Amino acid sequence: MSEMDRRQALRVLGGTPAAALAFTWTAEEASAAAAQATQARAQAAARRQPYRPRFFTASEYATVVALADTIIPRDARSGSASDAGAPEFIDYIVAEQPARQTAMRGGLVWLDSECRRRFDKTFVSCAVGERGQVLDDIAWPARARRELSHGVQFFTTMRDLVATGFWSSRIGVDDIGYLGNRPVGEWPGAPAAVLLKLGVSYE
Amino acid sequence: MQIIRSPKTYDVCIIGSGAGGGTAAKVLTEAGADVVMLEGGPMWDSAKNGAMFAWNYDSPTRGWGGDKKPFGVYDGCLGGWDIEGEPYTVGTGNWRWFRGRMLGGRTHHWGRISLRFGPDDFRRKSIDGFGDDWPISYDEMKPYYDKLDEFVGIFGSNHASQTGLHNEPDGIFMPPPKPRAHELLIKQACDRMKIPVVPSRLSIITRPHNNRPACHYCGQCGRGCAVHANFSSVSVMLPPALATGKLTIVANAMAREVMTNGDGLATGVSYINTADMSEREVRARIVIVAASCCESARLLLNSKSSRFPNGLANSSGTVGKYLTDSTGLSVSGFIPTLMDTPRYNADGVGGMHLYIPWWGDNKALGFPRGYHVELGGGFGMPGYGFMSGVHNFPQSRGGGYGADLKAEYRRYYGAFVSFSGRGEQVARPDCYCEIDPNVVDKWGIPVLRFHHTWSDHERLQARHMQETFRAIITEMGGVPTTNMPTREQDYGLAVGGLIIHEAGATRMGNDPKTSVLNSHSQAHDVRNLFIADGGPFVSQADKNLTWTIMALSWRTSAYIADERRKGNL
Repeated sequence: MSEMDRRQALRVLGGTPAAALAFTWTAEEASAAAAQATQARAQAAARRQPYRPRFFTASEYATVVALADTIIPRDARSGSASDAGAPEFIDYIVAEQPARQTAMRGGLVWLDSECRRRFDKTFVSCAVGERGQVLDDIAWPARARRELSHGVQFFTTMRDLVATGFWSSRIGVDDIGYLGNRPVGEWPGAPAAVLLKLGVSYE
Repeated sequence: MQIIRSPKTYDVCIIGSGAGGGTAAKVLTEAGADVVMLEGGPMWDSAKNGAMFAWNYDSPTRGWGGDKKPFGVYDGCLGGWDIEGEPYTVGTGNWRWFRGRMLGGRTHHWGRISLRFGPDDFRRKSIDGFGDDWPISYDEMKPYYDKLDEFVGIFGSNHASQTGLHNEPDGIFMPPPKPRAHELLIKQACDRMKIPVVPSRLSIITRPHNNRPACHYCGQCGRGCAVHANFSSVSVMLPPALATGKLTIVANAMAREVMTNGDGLATGVSYINTADMSEREVRARIVIVAASCCESARLLLNSKSSRFPNGLANSSGTVGKYLTDSTGLSVSGFIPTLMDTPRYNADGVGGMHLYIPWWGDNKALGFPRGYHVELGGGFGMPGYGFMSGVHNFPQSRGGGYGADLKAEYRRYYGAFVSFSGRGEQVARPDCYCEIDPNVVDKWGIPVLRFHHTWSDHERLQARHMQETFRAIITEMGGVPTTNMPTREQDYGLAVGGLIIHEAGATRMGNDPKTSVLNSHSQAHDVRNLFIADGGPFVSQADKNLTWTIMALSWRTSAYIADERRKGNL
């Protein structure tokens, strides 16, 4: 049983993280809890309504999802930006930060206009290769053509928002390897492999 | 509506529940005084109201807190630079004013960096001719710093005998945590540059102490420690005061005015109950104003009467003057050696494990006062803004998207370090706050107008910070992530007030014509009126001020207790 499953199980059983530290489980209890947790997760997933955007229209939101998953796609190690809830975060934060709203809405329109100009289609309707042609022109600020500066600005902002949305999610935290936010008795310092790599020591 | 007057006359009324007020409440109740404490904000309990162990992904903003929570949605301090209905204005220059509005005040915000001042810090004028000397010496303060170390609990190390830094006095320290890996890397470079890097001094306990458990190293001191292993007034000072049965706390009480009688003595405090907007008064034989440096000055300036037409305790015209903040700026660097570092739990305590005390010789540097350096870096919890600006990361691919970008983010995690300088501003009379003649807050209380500028003393110090931090980053084989600011940009100095170390607005001194308070923080003009916050400071130091606020408050409170015993107060 992984640590995550176990924590999930405890939550389902009404336990608390503190309780997890206080007792140990028998094999039967553990497998029963795991089964219960798996079932509860499946039920919760089935119950979950699709996110209803607060700021973006349905078609804008579809573009945000497509962009987010292009910026951070699923790979062998972890899921995609939308698996991690990045589009929900982006919608929420743009709703909370009015100063961003015009630039975000206008940027999405800019992107669709550019796609229409080149392919007579919106970004979402474009094939992967077509999307790539547009994004390759705006995803590299230092070498982008000047006439595309507004697209560059928009994509840079979007990339940064996707980064927060992905990496600060549970999926992202596990992927990047953040190992804190837990109580430890005596902080042990950095392990030998880290010290060795950096060429430093506690001596 | 009628004014509601408390029927009782307390021995002492303390305005403010933070570092100064909390310390005064502990010392005075334990000495037998009947104390009432007014707090402008709500009650707050770190155990119940903190957000320890929360994840940024549990927040829809991923930790972003907006104006109401400038240090993040889980930050344990209520308040900020902008509080609805509580404006302030700025005249000359620029200023930002952070206010805490909760029981414990800004002790919930500060980084627990607890640096006692050194012998030189009380006599800077004698050393360099600028500002003024304090009317007290380090030797007079030492017993109170020692009491604080012992009672509150602090980790650190005594290093003066090795480093030769005589102005970094020894204290009574618990063992410090081991350095983090990136801190060792910084130290390695600084050792070559002859810059001292030593264990930090934070009021976080690494051993069980006074029924408080030792730190469990979750790195989240700023969220409010549910087990009270770090210092806040609420966790450490108020419990023993409440245990005496002699402390009455009145929350949501916004002080309007210190009341006086025909003899020119303070008789109590009038305040607004912010919950129902009622006007109330509480009477006391002694008033201690510990509302924070500028808030205390505001209260005195607003306490006008025919006897005190310029505000209470202001016959010198000094109230509000000599306002300082610490200087501050930060430089970050990308360190290639830190790329692809194996992960480990780098949380540790809620703050740096190593820091750089001031090591320079100002006589040889062309600016009079020094600074200390706070170190940042490591593997922090991803949250709002994480990896922002990846297209500008040195040696990066310059942007892009897709699987390659995702892999690049992983490589850069933990590959940055930062250096934050916190230095001493020379106090000047033309940096000050006064009552704005035209503006009131939502309680109808006239607000402050600030005048604050930096001088070349601070600008040249800032240039030294910039050059030093960039040199350290280069020595580490790294690249600074920002350009060197120009003189016109004050070399990157933060606007006054942003470092949240205000001091000096009710300064002490031996001459009643040039100071508000005597050496006991007792008003020259009103002998039963005291100030216990950053206001009494004659000068800042190259050290954060909270430990000295508390040591001063302890000393003042011990004096009050003694005078009460003698029947003088």
